[in-house]
Amino acid sequence: MLENKCNCGDGNNCNKISEEAINKIKDIIESHKEQEGALIEVLHEVQDYYGYLPFEVQKLISEEMGIALADIYGVVTFYTRFTIEPTGKYRISVCLGTACYVKGSQKIYDKIKEKLNIKEGEVTPDGKFSLDAARCVGACGLAPVMLVNEDVYGKVTADMIDEILGKYE
Amino acid sequence: MRTVEELDIIKSQYEESLHPDANQKQYRIHVCNGTGCVSSKSPEILRRFEEEIEKHGISDRVKVVKTGCFGLCALGPIVIVHPDGSFYSEVKIDEIPRIVEEHLVNGNVVKEFLYKETVAEEGHIKPLEETPFYSKQKRVILKNCGEINPESIAEYIAVDGYKAFAKVITQMSQEEVIKLIKDSGLRGRGGAGFPSGVKWEFTYKAEGDVKYVACNADEGDPGAFMNRSVLEGDPHAVIEGMAIAAYVIGASKGFIYVRAEYPIAVKRLKLAIEQAKQYGVLGNDIFGTGFNFELEIRLGAGAFVCGEETALMTSIAGNRGEPRVKPPFPAYKGIFGKPTVLNNVETYANVPQIILKGVDWFRSMGTEKAPGTKVFAIGGKVQHVGLVEVPMGTTLREIIYDICGGIADGKKFKAAQTGGPSGGCITEENLDTPIDYESLIAMGTMMGSGGIIVMDEDDCMVDIAKFFLEFTVDESCGKCTPCRIGNKRLYEILEKITQGKGKEEDLERLEVLGKSIIAGSLCGLGKSSPNPILSTMRYFKDEYVAHVRDKKCPAHVCKSLKEYIILEDKCIGCTLCARNCPASCITGETKKTHLIDKDKCTKCGICHSKCKFGAIEIR
Amino acid sequence: MENVKVTIDGKIVEVPKDYTVLKACREAGIKIPTLCYLKDVNQIGACRMCLVEIDNIRGLQASCVYPVYEGMNIHTNNEQIRQARKVNLELILSNHNRECTTCIRSENCELQQLSKELNIKDIEYEGEKNAPPIDDISPSIVRDNSKCILCRRCVSMCKDVQKVNAIQATDRGFKTEIGVGFNKSMNDYNCINCGQCIQACPVGALYEKRNMDQVWKALADKEKYVMVQTAPAVRTALGEEFGMPMGTRVTGKMVTALRKLGFAKVTDTNTGADLTILEEGTEFLDRVVNGTGKLPIITSCCPAWVKSCEQDYPDVLEHLSSAKSPHLMMGSILKHFYAEKAGIDMNKAFVVSVMPCIAKKFEQDRPEMEARGARDVDVTITTRELAMMIKEAGIDFVKLEDSKFDDPIGEATGAGAIFGATGGVAEAAFRTVVEKLTGHEIEQIEYHQLRGEKKIKEFSAQAGDRTLRGVIVSGIGNIKEILEEVRHGESKYDFIEIMACEGGCIMGGGQPIVNARTKEDVNVFEKRAAAIYEEDTKAELRRSHKNPFVLRLYEEFLEKPNSHVSHELLHTGYKKRDKYPDECKKQ
Ligand SMILES: Cc1cc2nc3c(=O)[nH]c(=O)nc-3n(C[C@H](O)[C@H](O)[C@H](O)COP(=O)(O)O)c2cc1C
Ligand code: SF4
Ligand code: SF4
Ligand code: SF4
Ligand code: SF4
Ligand code: SF4
Ligand code: SF4
Ligand code: SF4
Ligand code: SF4
Ligand code: FES
Ligand code: FES
Ligand code: FES
Ligand code: FES
Repeated sequence: MLENKCNCGDGNNCNKISEEAINKIKDIIESHKEQEGALIEVLHEVQDYYGYLPFEVQKLISEEMGIALADIYGVVTFYTRFTIEPTGKYRISVCLGTACYVKGSQKIYDKIKEKLNIKEGEVTPDGKFSLDAARCVGACGLAPVMLVNEDVYGKVTADMIDEILGKYE
Repeated sequence: MRTVEELDIIKSQYEESLHPDANQKQYRIHVCNGTGCVSSKSPEILRRFEEEIEKHGISDRVKVVKTGCFGLCALGPIVIVHPDGSFYSEVKIDEIPRIVEEHLVNGNVVKEFLYKETVAEEGHIKPLEETPFYSKQKRVILKNCGEINPESIAEYIAVDGYKAFAKVITQMSQEEVIKLIKDSGLRGRGGAGFPSGVKWEFTYKAEGDVKYVACNADEGDPGAFMNRSVLEGDPHAVIEGMAIAAYVIGASKGFIYVRAEYPIAVKRLKLAIEQAKQYGVLGNDIFGTGFNFELEIRLGAGAFVCGEETALMTSIAGNRGEPRVKPPFPAYKGIFGKPTVLNNVETYANVPQIILKGVDWFRSMGTEKAPGTKVFAIGGKVQHVGLVEVPMGTTLREIIYDICGGIADGKKFKAAQTGGPSGGCITEENLDTPIDYESLIAMGTMMGSGGIIVMDEDDCMVDIAKFFLEFTVDESCGKCTPCRIGNKRLYEILEKITQGKGKEEDLERLEVLGKSIIAGSLCGLGKSSPNPILSTMRYFKDEYVAHVRDKKCPAHVCKSLKEYIILEDKCIGCTLCARNCPASCITGETKKTHLIDKDKCTKCGICHSKCKFGAIEIR
Repeated sequence: MENVKVTIDGKIVEVPKDYTVLKACREAGIKIPTLCYLKDVNQIGACRMCLVEIDNIRGLQASCVYPVYEGMNIHTNNEQIRQARKVNLELILSNHNRECTTCIRSENCELQQLSKELNIKDIEYEGEKNAPPIDDISPSIVRDNSKCILCRRCVSMCKDVQKVNAIQATDRGFKTEIGVGFNKSMNDYNCINCGQCIQACPVGALYEKRNMDQVWKALADKEKYVMVQTAPAVRTALGEEFGMPMGTRVTGKMVTALRKLGFAKVTDTNTGADLTILEEGTEFLDRVVNGTGKLPIITSCCPAWVKSCEQDYPDVLEHLSSAKSPHLMMGSILKHFYAEKAGIDMNKAFVVSVMPCIAKKFEQDRPEMEARGARDVDVTITTRELAMMIKEAGIDFVKLEDSKFDDPIGEATGAGAIFGATGGVAEAAFRTVVEKLTGHEIEQIEYHQLRGEKKIKEFSAQAGDRTLRGVIVSGIGNIKEILEEVRHGESKYDFIEIMACEGGCIMGGGQPIVNARTKEDVNVFEKRAAAIYEEDTKAELRRSHKNPFVLRLYEEFLEKPNSHVSHELLHTGYKKRDKYPDECKKQ
């Protein structure tokens, strides 16, 4: 049975988005006014700015763009790049594209999961790292590849993981 | 820029800078700034070069430029010094001062830092074109990648850029261009190989005052990066191809749908579009002909299915990227419901050269039914992972063995997967079949966009099939029944099999269900998703049977079917394994044979890698 | 339309060029299984049940979306096709909560029916099943996605027909699910509770929030005096639940059945409708003659429309009539007037409404629908729920005798009856308003231009030297332009009738569910509308202001329309409403 939950989801964080964020998001939307079918572009930019796309943010986009909230949510959850949960300060993605997979990236992925004790899509309790699988970032020549935020690491071996993550302490 | 003459003037102004004069001790240093090399820190290399050059006060005769991908990404970062063409690979920061000092100041190539294939046994330096990796390649689409600065429209113009576009809109009728493209035999490089000229003709003839051109730069096949390299290394070629198509069908607006996972490509494209506008090759009244054309970039957001044409178009309109039934085809009802031509990056990049060099030139490469070249991204277990461009009809053996140096680590070739998650595998016996659209289909696979993943004896084909299925289950849009539920069920059956819980009738079920999904799915994703299973079952049935009947994984990949055993006659009781086992399931006294508790073993393989006496065997 | 010749299973047929293969096949007498296809609503080729083979086209094609062309050669029945359809159905069933015995749609389920037709024996595919939580937070509607087959008929209905856009497919692949997102209930979204998605759904994934138990409990409670009222549309469709032909008017049997169920008084919402006409009509006249309020006046008897107005057009709220909807007026009168007259303790009086509508449940639940400490109505059930109760009680409906509503409320007028069809409220109102304005009786009381299936019907009526202009909107998806005009003060109308369901309440979300195949062949609206207009022509009185009970009511209790008392009991107000309320529920 569905529970009647609050919007923030965690029951003690009633924070609404700040005035500043509201204005910034409105500006982003304004800058796409002339563009037909601009929702996905707007979502990209808003996520780049706000980090993720929670209820209040999607609701604001819905009101400003005149697109039903269900439609926006449908789009956000269709595309893997969009997230409605906050990510870690450092987003780790391990490439599980074919080129990386046959070079053993699964093992690296599993090792990181074990080390951080989180599952796919989760954030460490301290909010520092979140983990995801990527499907090819185009650096297949360096397979296996992993990313921490924008930094790309190629030819990764299991032994390198501690060192790589250590850089982000 | 208003006239064709102005184009020629720009060309003549910049041409020279591309060809440094050896006698004047001029150098032009190409630092690869493709995604691969950027990941291995090439921007820093570029900066260091500039600093060193500044320090030596030779900036007036040495120019450093960033370029696109050279293809040998695995050996990046890559630096090439022209005019001599010295090819430095895996360049490290601390090597730069020596290269600058010895090579650029003193004129002596630093041989020890060169790509070793370019240094002949006798010690003299071979031109890049004579190394195995490059000698069998035919760089047409990639001709500018690594040669010009992709962030400079002037350099593109200097290598005859926008000349074809100028020619088309000032001298040719729409029908003439269509005929030329049709005669050339150019076929779509995005997968299906549909004749591009025919597609253009449909859209040209379709009714409607607003029409669009679109470029498929979504490159979703994981492990393929051909399009990425073109966009990063030669973005104007794609823009020019699109502009020509726009003129032909009567569109004044175009969209490039590109993966957000390719930030460098997006940045270069944006810059290229800006420059093209400044130079007047995009915008209004292009070359004074009254033809208007503008281009917009739209970012994908991580959905493989958006590479499918109707899904791509719904995504451009800001919706969930779910494919729709065809007909109506995009040529009649495409973006925002208007007639649209959609082509792949590589398809467009071919167009300007066909216009300039002609049908005969194009048909002199490749096969009768598939003229021209094709770029492939070779990944997996080959010596040289990277990007290669060869004429259609080249065999896989040539690509893997001659160009890419064969299988890495002295292992044995097992199979190569083409067409990504929609394709199938090619085995030893088919290595000599010339590759083109039709021959691949006959082998039960397909061309796809050009990713080739090579597998060796350590790869389990059931596991590989499962890997691809997991991908399609993840990427299915969920609209139609066979793909949404069917692929999930296929995956579950494979999972059972790799866990040793499979039954023999499961193999039959895989086949029945797989064929039904292919026949009944709505779009190309579902229509091809069972291919990896059907193809591996066709060529490696015995591996499947071993999994279900003998509960063994012959390649020792499937964890549940592995067993680690300590060989009594080899174990000397050094205790190393026991001390390292994370599950603490190895027991034994010093100097006595050790024993693994099978029930507790998590099959992590650590003991196997630690034992110095080869006493632990995987079964 | 030009015709084309196509060959289907070797037989040549000639069909119009714009036909789909499915339509051509039906014309050729070939039955093709379908699930996601719903005429005029959903044609997306998603379920892949209707696969056929077409010569020279690779793979199998979904006939529901494939257009015919000259010389096409179609095969509908061979081993591959049968196999593919069967595999698809088995796949759907492999991810389906197959508990038919406790399913609300058993025996009226398109999936169940197809499983039988295609001879599904066992489901060979085991594996994970999606089992998202059931959403039953809304007072009107329940969504059980464990039964959902993702045909998206509901989504198209809500998005393309109703244009409310409350629900959407979320996530993707095997995890795809229909809903509003954020693990929220439809109740916290812009859903207006019209229930049209229920009507579109082929299976038991969507249904009304059932309140029968409360009714049974009240009936069993000796301390309660349980009265029931039935909306005009109920009697036009209830018979369908008992296998009677569509369009059979079952007023008399219905009254008998209700009495058998144990209701102390069986009354007619039509009388409430008559009362509404007098209240709303007077309000309208007041606005026209005295300028006491905004024109055009807009009807407020459809709670789905009212919610839409509150959330989407708050600036138009002033135009709404303040009159409560007929069943609430009726409830209020039953408790505050009738019960007292009959010597029943007001606290024991309990009113049940039987409605063709699920939004009425939401409406009845609104906090403001009460007066003098008593809820206007205590429980609202749908036509379908009434049928279930009748079945549960073992009443053989078809064989029942006719009987009449209880006195003194008795029979209502024909004007009250036609409320149930689109245009009915306007027609009933004008029968009264024109006579009131002109002061004399008019002969021609049937306004045929207000009837029928058209989505927007304009009309004008002459009342002395005054021309009153009105428009009728059938279906909430068609209101936009008309309301934009109102919003900008540019409306040319004096009177606007809005019903959220296309066709009006006879097509409401609580009515018997007609499966997709029947909808192809039968015009449900026409059949039910015929029944309701028959109720009108058969009625002794056909003008609301002639309803003797209503007249007595004013005399003895309410004084006059829009009086102080009637405002207290029969009128209400509206407020702007957040489409996606996000207030903290913690505190
Ligand atoms: C699931 C799926 C994914 C696809 N992905 C791509 C892609 O990433 N890039 C591409 O160019 N074409 C892709 N295609 C093929 C396109 O739908 C389309 O045929 C192609 O872009 C047309 O261009 P072309 O004629 O130049 O090849 C894909 C097709 C399917 C069914
Ligand atoms: S085949 Fe798969 S991806 Fe294509 S429409 Fe069907 S569910 Fe979506
Ligand atoms: S495989 Fe891992 S768990 Fe098993 S015995 Fe060896 S070290 Fe221990
Ligand atoms: S490491 Fe090898 S030799 Fe040493 S105890 Fe283990 S199995 Fe025996
Ligand atoms: S939805 Fe239909 S098939 Fe499913 S349980 Fe209910 S009656 Fe049975
Ligand atoms: S049909 Fe058979 S299984 Fe179903 S309820 Fe009746 S007896 Fe039971
Ligand atoms: S009840 Fe009406 S508004 Fe609500 S989801 Fe269903 S169709 Fe949409
Ligand atoms: S709820 Fe019903 S109508 Fe909606 S998608 Fe599911 S099965 Fe179809
Ligand atoms: S039109 Fe009638 S049935 Fe439909 S929502 Fe409105 S009141 Fe209910
Ligand atoms: S506690 Fe979550 S919104 Fe208030
Ligand atoms: S497959 Fe990993 S980067 Fe391409
Ligand atoms: S990215 Fe530098 S060689 Fe490919
Ligand atoms: S695909 Fe035709 S009825 Fe569903």
